[in-house]
Amino acid sequence: MSSENTVSINGQPHALPDDPRVSLLDMLRHHLGLTGTKKGCDHGQCGACTVLVNGVRINSCLTLAVMHDGDEVTTIEGLGTAENPSALQRAFVERDAYQCGYCTPGQICSATAMLDEIAAGWPSDASDSLDGPMEVSTEEIRERMSGNICRCGAYANIVDAIRDVAGEPA
Amino acid sequence: MSAYLKQDEPDNVNRLDHMRQGVLGTDASRIEGLLKVTGTAPYAAEYQLDDCLEGVLVTATISKGEVTAIDADSVLSMPGVVAVIDDPSLTARAAQGTAGEAPAQPAREVGYFGQPIALVVAESFEQARDASKHLKVSYRADDDVAFDPEAVEAEPQDGATSQGDLAHAMKEAPFSVDVTYTTEGHSSAAMEPHAAIAQWDGDTLTVYASLQMLNYNISELADSLGLDEDKLRLVSRYVGGGFGSKLGVSEETVAASVAAMELGRPVRVAMLRQQVLQCIMRRSETRQRFRLAAGEDGKLTGFGHEARVSNLPGESFAEPVLQSSHFLYAGENRELSMEVARIHRMTAGSVRAPGEAVGMPALECAMDVLAEKCGLDPVELRLRNIPDRHPANGTPFSSHKLAECLKQGAEAFGWDSGPRSPRHTREGEWWVGTGMASAARVHNVGEAKARVTLKADGTALVETDMTDIGTGTYTILAQTVGEMLGLPVAKVLVELGDTHHPRGPGSGGSWGAASICSAAYLACLALRETLAKRADVAEEKLELKDGAVVGGASLIDLLDGRDLAEEGHYEPGDIADDFTASGFGAFFARVRVNRFTGETRVEHMTGAFGFGRVLNTKTARSQCLGGMTWSIGAALTEAMLFDPVDGHLANCDLAEYHVPVNRDVPDLDVVFVEERDGAASPIQAKGIGELGMCGGAGAIANAIYNACGARVFEFPMTPDKVLAAMPD
Repeated sequence: MSSENTVSINGQPHALPDDPRVSLLDMLRHHLGLTGTKKGCDHGQCGACTVLVNGVRINSCLTLAVMHDGDEVTTIEGLGTAENPSALQRAFVERDAYQCGYCTPGQICSATAMLDEIAAGWPSDASDSLDGPMEVSTEEIRERMSGNICRCGAYANIVDAIRDVAGEPA
Repeated sequence: MSAYLKQDEPDNVNRLDHMRQGVLGTDASRIEGLLKVTGTAPYAAEYQLDDCLEGVLVTATISKGEVTAIDADSVLSMPGVVAVIDDPSLTARAAQGTAGEAPAQPAREVGYFGQPIALVVAESFEQARDASKHLKVSYRADDDVAFDPEAVEAEPQDGATSQGDLAHAMKEAPFSVDVTYTTEGHSSAAMEPHAAIAQWDGDTLTVYASLQMLNYNISELADSLGLDEDKLRLVSRYVGGGFGSKLGVSEETVAASVAAMELGRPVRVAMLRQQVLQCIMRRSETRQRFRLAAGEDGKLTGFGHEARVSNLPGESFAEPVLQSSHFLYAGENRELSMEVARIHRMTAGSVRAPGEAVGMPALECAMDVLAEKCGLDPVELRLRNIPDRHPANGTPFSSHKLAECLKQGAEAFGWDSGPRSPRHTREGEWWVGTGMASAARVHNVGEAKARVTLKADGTALVETDMTDIGTGTYTILAQTVGEMLGLPVAKVLVELGDTHHPRGPGSGGSWGAASICSAAYLACLALRETLAKRADVAEEKLELKDGAVVGGASLIDLLDGRDLAEEGHYEPGDIADDFTASGFGAFFARVRVNRFTGETRVEHMTGAFGFGRVLNTKTARSQCLGGMTWSIGAALTEAMLFDPVDGHLANCDLAEYHVPVNRDVPDLDVVFVEERDGAASPIQAKGIGELGMCGGAGAIANAIYNACGARVFEFPMTPDKVLAAMPD
């Protein structure tokens, strides 16, 4: 892969890997040391590896790094730091919306994009209608966050944390 | 005050209630929370070591027999491949919890489909994964291998109870129930796959691993490798869920260690998700028969619970299905017994709440059947059958909050204690109904050590090899020490998960919190003795708050430029035998069942729990929420499904093994019925990590019956089973 083929991770350009088999997830974890993005299943079944690609949430295990030439990837490390956490990160701590913490970065990346999807009027299985403004209701959050498994069973608190942030003025 | 205590007597002094800081029992947020939400808390596979190789396990494609040849040359020429490890010290199974010795070796002797047999090591993960699929392995496979637990003779287990004449009681009783339930196997399915990075410097092996009980794991790994324990260091600072699956050292940790020692470079091995389900401990499937005999007043005269579970030949663990049945309900005529079928599925071992997780839901379903026969409200039936003492061996209960939990839970839920009959409410195509169940989970404590150092700068440091598997250990230790030494949580640093620290109890069996906080409590009592002398007051009169003696000197002044350290050492003594100790609780559930498809949706659940002192209301509530969420999975979806021909696990990933997802979980209410149980631990606390799933699936099952009239006798209650049992 020539040096002009790069992907932007949290605003920093990185050369794409030579081995085309490297998933975006393994590029983050093995090549860049960005281990905030977690591997739970490697098959798009658990959501622990959720990142934002050009603002949209995807399972980074299901996509090869070399497919992201020129893309902007945001990982949990790009959403906030311990010194300056995002509103969702703060809300997850306050609401105890995790236990072991392993699914948590994926939950937060997913919730970040999910709120944007609602704002953009994307419907879900829980929506009353395919059109029009979408509500940030509990049922909408549950449905739209169902791709992120939490085996510890923190769902009730995850919903509360997201509601706290969704309820804040923009 | 010595920093060592072997507890022979209950401690009802409740010293912690007389401290001044006011930080224990609050809703303090997790002290490691910001690391978790920003992705900076390091889990086992995430330590960045130079020159690290990647290993991928190769697993058996037969169910029983032996590996006759591994053709390393078939992959050694592939790009990046460094080695094929098939050393005799590779382990075939994970160690059972608290084993403290090597699990089955060598890996070449195959006991179940999917057993690890070798490790392929390469420069990159992609190279190792590719090579692992091309490794040529020859087997000698046995014929006539037993896979079906119902098709083999079972071995009786020790510990049966036979008292009075149950058969006679059943015949004489005005009301009796004789029902049999089955439950399918469960997988822990922790989110973090089992993983380890091993580093060998020629003398000492350092292993970053995902393990729950380092105090036992160090012995298991040392024994597996033939290495002295003092040449071994285990680090598990963050564990991405355990639920029993990381109690004992498992195959990837041994394989990474063997490879690192052989190759002289660090080696990382993470199980693939499919491997996690195929070779990590399963919860055994169960078959359970209940015989309940009751008088006109609903009081039990007979109680029978007989269970069949399974495991591999040679494994001592048997899912302890009867554990709480021994003492939960009265009945002078008792028969409790268990048998184990020997079959070739992966090892059966501890999965969250071993025993009660499947024993309690089945028992509570049988009690629901009995309540209906007696014409009694199911809450009332249970209230009438709470024994004063252990009904078989007569020991007193350390404390007993079942009645209060039943009453407070019913009130919080809005339980209707009037006459009950199925199909009372229909909303569109959904039947709506309610159900309840008792909760019980035995309480244990284990030996624990922790060092607490008061630093000259007035902060405290807590060190132990205890782990935090998401339960909140970091935070409750900071709270306990803060309370004892008069420090806010932010002034207490907690270092866990490193065998260089004093040995904790490990996380498992809900015993971690009470055990390790007791050790820290003892260390703090010893520190307070020294501080009291320096402040010239009796220790009992020493009031510490916000880093100072109330109205007196600061800790910094008392320390006078020097650190002060004590190691607390707690051991359970006679209290373990003199009392029957258990957490108790009650579940209430409202469900809707689709009259056409048989689909069940849980609409609301309330759980009321009594488990001694609540150390942190926020994290304790989360433990209860987690348990209740597992109850939903156990009731409705979770089942390990095995191929009848070769015994392989057919649903070995998270798309096929169905754990609850966000939309499966409704509003959950948790009610704490707080108490002080001095016979449970010196800090009057009991475990709470498992109680939340010990019976909850029964409440859901009973609500299914109340909603639609389907009495289902098989867990999980999937739509096909509900539909088949639904009356016309």
